[in-house]
Amino acid sequence: MKTLKDIPVRETVSVKKLHGEGAVRRRIMDMGITKGTQVYVRKVAPLGDPIEVNVRGYELSLRKADAQMIEVE
Amino acid sequence: MGIKIALAGNPNSGKTTLFNALTGSNQFVGNWPGVTVEKKEGRLKDQKDVTITDLPGIYSLSPYTLEEVVARNYLIHERPEAILNIVDGTNLERNLYLTTQLLELGIPVVVAVNMIDVVKKNGDQIRLQPLAEALGCEVVAISALKQTGIKEAAALAVKLAQNQKALPPVHRFSSNVEQVLDQIIPQLPSDIPSAMQRFYAIKLFERDDKIASMMSAAVNVEALIKKAEDKLDEDAESIITNERYNYISSIIHQCYAKKNQSRMSVSDKIDSIVTNRWLALPIFIAVMALVYAVSMGGWSVSIGTLGTDWANDVLFGEWVPGMVGTFLNTMGVGGWLASLIQDGIVAGVGAVLGFVPQMLVLFFLLCILEDIGYMARIAFIMDRIFRRFGLSGKSFIPMLVATGCGVPGIMASRTIEQDRDRKMTIMTTGFIPCGAKMPIIGLFAGALFNNSAWVATSAYFIGVAAVILSGILLKKFKLFAGDPAPFVMELPAYHIPSASNVLRGTWERGWSFIKRAGTIILLSSIVLWFLQGYGFVNGVFQAVEDNNQSLLALIGNTVSWIFYPLGWIGDMGWKATVATMTGLIAKEEVVNTFAVLYHYSGELSEAGNEIWTFVAADFTALSAYSFMIFNLLCAPCFAAMGAIKREMNNPKWTVGAIGYMCGFAYAAAMIVYQIGGFITGEVPLTLFTVIAAVLLAGLIYLLIRPYKESRTLQVELKETAKI
Repeated sequence: MKTLKDIPVRETVSVKKLHGEGAVRRRIMDMGITKGTQVYVRKVAPLGDPIEVNVRGYELSLRKADAQMIEVE
Repeated sequence: MGIKIALAGNPNSGKTTLFNALTGSNQFVGNWPGVTVEKKEGRLKDQKDVTITDLPGIYSLSPYTLEEVVARNYLIHERPEAILNIVDGTNLERNLYLTTQLLELGIPVVVAVNMIDVVKKNGDQIRLQPLAEALGCEVVAISALKQTGIKEAAALAVKLAQNQKALPPVHRFSSNVEQVLDQIIPQLPSDIPSAMQRFYAIKLFERDDKIASMMSAAVNVEALIKKAEDKLDEDAESIITNERYNYISSIIHQCYAKKNQSRMSVSDKIDSIVTNRWLALPIFIAVMALVYAVSMGGWSVSIGTLGTDWANDVLFGEWVPGMVGTFLNTMGVGGWLASLIQDGIVAGVGAVLGFVPQMLVLFFLLCILEDIGYMARIAFIMDRIFRRFGLSGKSFIPMLVATGCGVPGIMASRTIEQDRDRKMTIMTTGFIPCGAKMPIIGLFAGALFNNSAWVATSAYFIGVAAVILSGILLKKFKLFAGDPAPFVMELPAYHIPSASNVLRGTWERGWSFIKRAGTIILLSSIVLWFLQGYGFVNGVFQAVEDNNQSLLALIGNTVSWIFYPLGWIGDMGWKATVATMTGLIAKEEVVNTFAVLYHYSGELSEAGNEIWTFVAADFTALSAYSFMIFNLLCAPCFAAMGAIKREMNNPKWTVGAIGYMCGFAYAAAMIVYQIGGFITGEVPLTLFTVIAAVLLAGLIYLLIRPYKESRTLQVELKETAKI
């Protein structure tokens, strides 16, 4: 399973499925990362975590541990 | 009866700017009942019977974050007559997601598309008419910053509020989902108004048990949900979220034309430097150094420090006491009353108000960083370090500020979004040695440690260690583990700061501090003045010059046994106790108190060089260190306690925070004294050695105990949860 965590910087992927449960997952969806959304990985924070992605035309930061819940293709 | 309008929108959508523009100075700032979320209400300019309630900035009406629960409970229970929904025109897609949810509440909605000036400048276009049709509500374009269109938006909201006719939401989900909702609606209790049926049906479908428990009768639709979930191969929550975004995607092209897809925005360009892998940390350090230098530092550019020094030395050092003195003389007031006013009130409150210039400068700078959008970047850069200790990346700022003064440090925690992180930051910020604790360190470093630089260094180390340990410890307690803390954060586009937002934010925080100086600090100053100034001499109650005979000394003597396990033994025991108590007024008082207790009446240097020999005779290196640890970590001064009270907005949490600090300080000092003394042979093995060893073991156990974050939000909203 390929997740958003494994995607190198400056690549665009499409969301396939969201795993996990509860608050974090709901927040990720509320922020617009839903099935079929295009996500562009912009950069990694200086200390290696979190990552910054562009989704639906704005910038979002999320932790790698949470990015792992997002299955992409 | 006036009209209530709720102002709702995403964080960073310009909501605060719009609120300020609509209400001007007619604002009441407080907190939502029982929670640390700030509540603002204001009256519409020129129309005083219209109240605007500024809801917390939210992305959704989910049951998972405090802000969202507060906002939706308000909308469901208080039923404002209209909702003014501000959406960021430069970020339409995600902002409309909340709009689709607001439209289901059966309350008339006006959508105000903000930042229309920026949209136009980018060459993009938003077509209002198709958008209004697709949403089924009124849509207007505004610029909150330039104050265009805002009067029209407010007037429209007032008009809708007067008509009280909410249009049913136009947006529809896919037929699969609509069929299920159609089956749920007839099962709803009959007391739900028809305009809200769709809202309740969707929430039931999402398995939102907070909403389900509000309904007068339980409805079991689990079988329907399960069937839909199997059919669509998704869970119910995802289904609804997907449907909302799908609907927005389907309408966005008719409403929004973007001129240029590939071009990098100004904000992106700034970010390519500011959050650059290699440059981010140096820039961050430079920004922080600048903020610190200007507000707290000791240089000629340090406006904050200069202002505070002036306030302390001139304003509250000469002018106010001088004027008050003259006034008292002409009025013929003397004796105890003059002493109460001068030594109690003026000195006590003045000592605290002296911090105001420093705080205003600091908050001004922090408000600018916040308004620009740099605060979110700080969280992005620092998250990796701080989340290990259960804190937020934004906790860095309170901690840094607290090295100057804990009061603005605690108040700076307000920029932290997550409730848990904020509470934890408030509880731990006071551990950082502030400027006023430096003389205490100086006193003991000089008296017993040959002025070794290691003493001050170890003080900072202990402070930081206390923060880290507390972060790890506290999140293992149910109270903190209860709330999930998702770090899925928007990095808003950089803006030019709005002068009115910055000034207002600065003033709000400064004023809330000044108000406190007039109440809690005033009261505690009077009490301590009394305890210090009066006592029994030869069995007669009277005013005393000598602190050794004061009531405070009496109390110190009576309770000094509490500190026996910390090695505060013998004659120094009660002196240390009294000094600790006066330290509650301000930590600088500790050194002064020692001078008084050792009968030294000359001019005292800051670190009390003159009394070093007395202190060295009374304390051992170990008991001095134990005293230092306790005073560095225990309950902060009254001003800081007031700040904790204001930010916690809850008596239980306030007492809990202060109690925790004292308990932690006590345990740390005891462990150092007993275990340290046992190892060096200075302290014999007693029951206390065993207790200290048990405390140490318990601490280590808590540190290594595994920890699991909860998945649901435990909030009690008793007062807002009335139906």
